[in-house]
Formats: sequence, C-alpha cells, structure tokens
Amino acid sequence: MTALLEARGVSRFFGGLAALTDVSFSVEKGEILGLIGPNGAGKTTMFNVVNGFYAPSRGEVFFKGQRISGLKPHQICQRGLARTFQVVKPLQRMSTLDNVVASAYLRSKSKAEALAKAEEILKFTGLWEERALLSRGLPLGSRKRLEIARALATGPDLLLLDEACAGLNPSELDVSIGIIRKIKERGITIMIIEHHMKVIMSISDRIVVLTYGQKLAEGTPAQISANAQVVKAYLGETDE
Amino acid sequence: MPLAVAALLALVPLLPLSSYLMHIFILVIMWSIIGMAWNLLGGFTGLVSFGHAAFFGLGAYSAGIVYQSLGWSGWWGLPISVVVVTLFSLVMGFVVLRLRGPYFNLSTLAIGEVLRVSAQNLDKLTQGDLGILIKQRSWTDKQNFYWVALLMALGTYSVVKGLVGSRLGYYFVAIREDQDAAESLGIDTTLYKTVALTVSGVLTGLAGAFYFNYMGYIDPKVVFDLPGISILAIMIVMVGGAATLTGPLVGSLVMVLLAEWVRSIPKLGAAHMSVFGVLLILIIIYLPNGLVGDFGKIRRLFAGKKAA
Amino acid sequence: MPKLEVFLQTLIQGFLLGGLYALIGLGMALIMGVMKIINLAHGQLMMVAMYMAFWLFTLRHVDPYLSVVLVVPAMFLLGVGIQKFLINPLQRVDSIMPQNQIILTVGIGMVLTNLATLFFSGDYRSTPVSYATKAWYLSDLWKGSPIELSVSYKELVSFLVAAAITLALWFFLQKTDTGKSIRATAQDRDAALLMGVNVERMRVVTFGIGTALVGAAGCLFIPAYYLFPDLGGQFTTIAFVVTIIGGLGSTTGAIFGGLILAIFESFTATYIGMGWATVGRFVIFVAVLIFLPGGVASLIRSKKLGK
Repeated sequence: MTALLEARGVSRFFGGLAALTDVSFSVEKGEILGLIGPNGAGKTTMFNVVNGFYAPSRGEVFFKGQRISGLKPHQICQRGLARTFQVVKPLQRMSTLDNVVASAYLRSKSKAEALAKAEEILKFTGLWEERALLSRGLPLGSRKRLEIARALATGPDLLLLDEACAGLNPSELDVSIGIIRKIKERGITIMIIEHHMKVIMSISDRIVVLTYGQKLAEGTPAQISANAQVVKAYLGETDE
Repeated sequence: MPLAVAALLALVPLLPLSSYLMHIFILVIMWSIIGMAWNLLGGFTGLVSFGHAAFFGLGAYSAGIVYQSLGWSGWWGLPISVVVVTLFSLVMGFVVLRLRGPYFNLSTLAIGEVLRVSAQNLDKLTQGDLGILIKQRSWTDKQNFYWVALLMALGTYSVVKGLVGSRLGYYFVAIREDQDAAESLGIDTTLYKTVALTVSGVLTGLAGAFYFNYMGYIDPKVVFDLPGISILAIMIVMVGGAATLTGPLVGSLVMVLLAEWVRSIPKLGAAHMSVFGVLLILIIIYLPNGLVGDFGKIRRLFAGKKAA
Repeated sequence: MPKLEVFLQTLIQGFLLGGLYALIGLGMALIMGVMKIINLAHGQLMMVAMYMAFWLFTLRHVDPYLSVVLVVPAMFLLGVGIQKFLINPLQRVDSIMPQNQIILTVGIGMVLTNLATLFFSGDYRSTPVSYATKAWYLSDLWKGSPIELSVSYKELVSFLVAAAITLALWFFLQKTDTGKSIRATAQDRDAALLMGVNVERMRVVTFGIGTALVGAAGCLFIPAYYLFPDLGGQFTTIAFVVTIIGGLGSTTGAIFGGLILAIFESFTATYIGMGWATVGRFVIFVAVLIFLPGGVASLIRSKKLGK
C-alpha cells in the first residue's frame, strides 16, 4: 500500500545554505501528520518543496505514487494537493466568497457549480456570515479559516496546513481544531506544521521532527514527547 | 442600461454635427477601446503595461503594410492585425510574463520603444519615417467611420464584460492580488497572464488598424508613440477608474475633451501634455481609483461642501 | 592596421561614455535602493540640469564643467522638493495598482518636458566651448605608434569629472554617518528605523542626491551633445537599462552597468549602424532580464557566497 505522499532524501540548498538535508518521510492516507521543530528548522521550506514552489536540490517527492518534484504549484494542486500559507495570503480586494469561488473553479465546470461549492465550504468553515466582506477586512481568525476554506475548495486529497492555528485566541483555536478534525472525517489527509504543542499532540496521528533542516525523529505523539533529543532541541539544555 | 446608451450613441451621426465634432466623438470611442483593452491587463490582472503602443502600432502597420505592399483595402488590416498581434503577444508573453513588478513594467516600455525604432529603421517594409498614406479613404464623411468604431467599442465592452464575469475574471483578479496564492490554488498563472496579454493586445491592435483606415496616414512616431499612445492609455484608465467596466469610457471622454479644450486655449496651446502630467499626478495622489472607482469619495466631497 | 584601430577607438569611446552613463545610473540606483522607487522622470531631470548649464553658459559664460558646482546643489533642492511634495504624499494612498509611483514619476517627467518645450522652445541648443574640437592623439604621445587613436578633450574631462564624483559618492556612502544611514535604510528600512535612523529624512536626502548626480551628468553631457526638451526620455531609458544591467538598487552594479552599456552601444553604432544603437540598448536590456535578472550585482554576490 503506497503512501499518499512520500519524500525521499529531499535536500534544498540556497547558495551555501542547506535549508533541508536528506529528509525522508511518508504520509499515509487518512492520517494527520504533524511537522514540528524549532524556528528555522526548515518546516515551511519543506512545504514549499512539496507544494512545488521550490524544486528539491536533491531527492524526490511522490504523490499518489507519481513524481511531483519539479512540477509547478498549480499542476500539483490539480493533482489533489493543496496548502495554506503561514503568513496568510487572502486575495485582498476580493470578497470572502469570491476568494473561495476562485479556488472552487478548479473542480467546477460552471459558475453555478463553483458558487455552490463555495457556499458549502464557507458554511463548513463557519465563514458564511462574512461572505460579502472584503477579505482584507477580516480579523485574523477568519483570515486563517479563509486560507483553509480556499485550500479545501480545490478538492484536495492531501492538505498542507502551515501554522493554521498560530496567533489565535483560545476560542478561535477550538473552532479551528474542530474544523481540522472535520476535514479528517471527510477523508482528507492532512500534514500540519504547528507550534502549539497541545494542538499538535492532540490531533496528530504521527509526528515528524525537524531541526536544522534534518529529520530528528519520527513517531507517535507519545513516542515523540518521551524522546529526550526532541525535548532538548526545543528547550535547549535542561539543567541535569 | 448599456443597451439604451448604445442605441442613443448609434443615433449621433444622424444629428447635424460638424465634421470636427464627429472627429472628437470617433476619437473618444477609439480611445475607449484602447482603454478597455489596457484595463483588462492592467486594472484587472494587475499587469501594468507601459508599452501598449506596441500593439496599437502593430495593428496600424498590419493594415498599412497590407495596403501599401499588397494593394489591398486597409480594412483587411483588421483581421490580419488579430493574427499578427496574437503571434506577437505569445512571443512577448514568453519573454516578459515571467518577470515580476517593475521588471515587467520596464520591459513593456522597452518593447514599445523597440518596435518604434524598428519601424523607423525597417523602411523597406514600413516606409520608415515617411509613413504610409491612403490615397483614397473609404468614405469622405465621417458617419460610417463612426459606426464602425462604435461597433468595435460595443464588441470590446462585451468581450471584457464577459471575461470579467467568468472564471477568467476570477483568475485574473486572483493573479493580480497574489500570484503565489493563485498558483497554489491550481491556477495556471502563466497561461492566464498570456490570455490577458493577448486579448488586451488584440483589441488594441484592432483600434490601431481602425486608426489607419480612419486617419488615412500613419508613421512610427505617431502610432508607436510612448506619451501619445502608451501613457495616454494608462491615463485614461487611471482617470476613469482601473478595474471597473465603465472607467475607461469615462476616462476616454475626459481625456479627449480635455486635450481638445487645452489645445483651443490660445496661450496654452501646446501645453496639453503638462496639463495631462499635472492631472495624472493629482489623480494618483487624490483619486487613485479614478472617477468611477472613487465616485463615493467625490460625492462625499461635494456633499461636505453643500453641508457647509 | 585599421581594423584594430577601429576596434580600440570604439572601445575607448565606449569606456569614456560609460563613465557618464554610470553617473546617470548611479542616481537611479541609489533612489531605487533606498526608496524602492523607479524614477521614470530621471532623464527629464537631467534635461532640466542641462538647460540650467546651457543658460549659465549662454548668459553668464560659465563653462559647463564649472557649472557643476552651481547646478548640483540646485538639482539637489529640486529633488528634495519633488520627494517632499509629490512622492511622500503617495505613500499614504492605497489603490488598485501598485505601480502608481512609477506612473507618478511619468507624470512628473511629462510636466518637465512640456514646460521645457513651452519656455525654451523645441530648438536644439548647444554650448560651443572654445576647446570643443581639441583632442589628444596617440601619435603625439607615442611617436612610432602603428595605429592612431584619439581622445577628445571633452570626452576625457567628462569622464574624469564623472569618475571623481563617483569616488566622492563612494566616500560619502562608506565613510560618513549620513552615507551609512542611507545604506542602512536601503538594506532594511525597519531595522534602520529601530536603530535611530531618520528614515524619512534619508529618503528625502537620497532623492536629492540622486537628482544632483544626474544633474552633474547633465552638465558633463552638454558640451558634447545637442539639447532639446525631448532628450529626457532617452536618458531615462539609459538610466534604467544601466540599473537593470547592474542590478536594481546596486550602486556598484550601476558603475559596471554604465560601462557595459556604453561599450555595447559604441560597438553597435560602429559595426551595425548609428540608428540601431537605441535598439541595441533594448536588446541588452531584455537579454539581461532573461539571462541574468539580478544583474551584475547578483554575479558579485554569488562570487562572495561561493567563497
């Protein structure tokens, strides 16, 4: 049973800087894979490679058994891989609704179909009330959910969430976590970068840890939180 | 509503208007075509071209060369310009659409200028600075020219409106707002940017071909002119309102009338470029979304005056 | 050996012109680096300076090279004025098109050109200085030289003054506090702000300096070229082609860019034809955009990183 997403020996260099070195992992269909690591570990770079914004300097990425490394982002999205951005990128002068319609067009043949899909997704993410507002006027919590809504509208099989919960207050956080769980229930596989330890530990099925561009550890949340190296990487030296 | 306006406009030539006034009307209509075309690429897709004279001139010379070298009627230039400009746009797009921001803007400027100088130098083909003159224009009075222009403008308006309201419209605006986000949402940005460029170019080229047949004379300095064609196109859209459907219409009306008015004042005469320049500066600072886009702002300004 | 002669002569001419081109490009590169603005009125500002030099020469017999002393401060003030009253207000404006500031400078350029036409008419002007035809010949220095090369007095003096100004600029940017503040603002505006740099003032000063530089270039140009109002457009083109070749915002790059462009144009003019020099300008522009979009500056940077 091949994994949905597979990264094999992915390295990415920028000039003399190695942002990623020989990272390999796989994401199984239907699971939520968490990607964690200290700041600058290369998590977003990894997403950028998977998503197609960068080609890997070395190594390859496979999606649904086919090589996607080297393809353009829109081609990868068309195959069923969608992502959100850490610093949200709303289509600012478009309304919330139009933002989602624009993405829904990918799998729709007509405007009516796109509108219907957009409506469904907006209701799913709790943004229906704000549909007429210009997306740049939305508060952060809504904008984060809009990122997710737009990615969902492209009908993905795998969704990459880049810090979708960063900067949210506790009630917004609960809403977003709920949405992520519902996405999993729909059968969509998720890979999530997150700094909120509690969030990651509670929703992930498995976790991959990156530091300095290399994979440090991989396992279930329980295994990871018990891993001394991981703790050290995050918290620095503890006084022994 | 637009249909009513179109019908009214169609009746204009039946009025006893002077040849000069008819000329003004035709200019306004022709410039509205160029404005709408530019707006599609610049206002809606966010690709600001400083070189639309390239398309205008190509269209004009498609008609001119066909007339001069093949002896055909200049009107064949219209369908031929579509082919020529489409091919040109595809090649140009391949070179410049990968560039972002100011690199793109400057390269469009460069391309307009390259075509101008080339037209001047390749005189075997274009007659160089001598230009091309039509010995006998199709009609001596302006009525029919007016109706052709009006038809072209209506066609342009329909095309732009149709595109903007469709999937392409959403994609164009998405590209304008955030190209990377658009790519990640499955939008083939290269393809759609090329479509926007080509449609915009073809429409402008058609206006150029019309210009040749109407004015009866073209030369490189006129039809490939940076301030007179490229910058004026930008001004029309900025004054009227970028990314609106009616903005270019309003803009074209304002700019053409303004130019004629300044020309008629004895002392100012040649100063219409300064007036344009000042107007451009004022619009950019105070009414950046143009007369149509910032209409709310204008109303509030006047409402405030009334209240006081 | 006529072929070698022509080649070397073309090279020398290109090189000397390159000094002036570099000066023109430096102003634009500085403005671009600090303010992230593309100033499409750059050439028109140079035209204004040329008219200043022209009138100083015609009315008061001031040698154009000396008028640099007067014109440069005047242009600095003009630049400061434009920045304060036209460009700064634009920062607070929000609109559909991000290219508004380029369009703003286009508007400024249009007004400048048109005013010049109105006040000074479209007639071609020149400053016929007494040493206009003086030149140095290689055969004077090297009695038995197999080839003949000549360098006109005007070209050489222009180049030397341009080089001196460039050196002064380098010194200013590297060694003085204001210069360092300008460089800091160019590298990272927010960091500079946090470190106490008066960013607003730096922007104003930079635009002033950029304008002053192109004003100096104007004074250096007028002894050798005809002046007319539409000349501005050409120089704006030269300015941005130089900065693209050099790498947007890089002052070092602009120097290389100026030399490269001038030499390329010189060869195009000699070997293909005068009329095609302008096209050559654009060809190199597009070529750089396609093959080396970061300009010479990116080559320098990658060499540094490579080490």
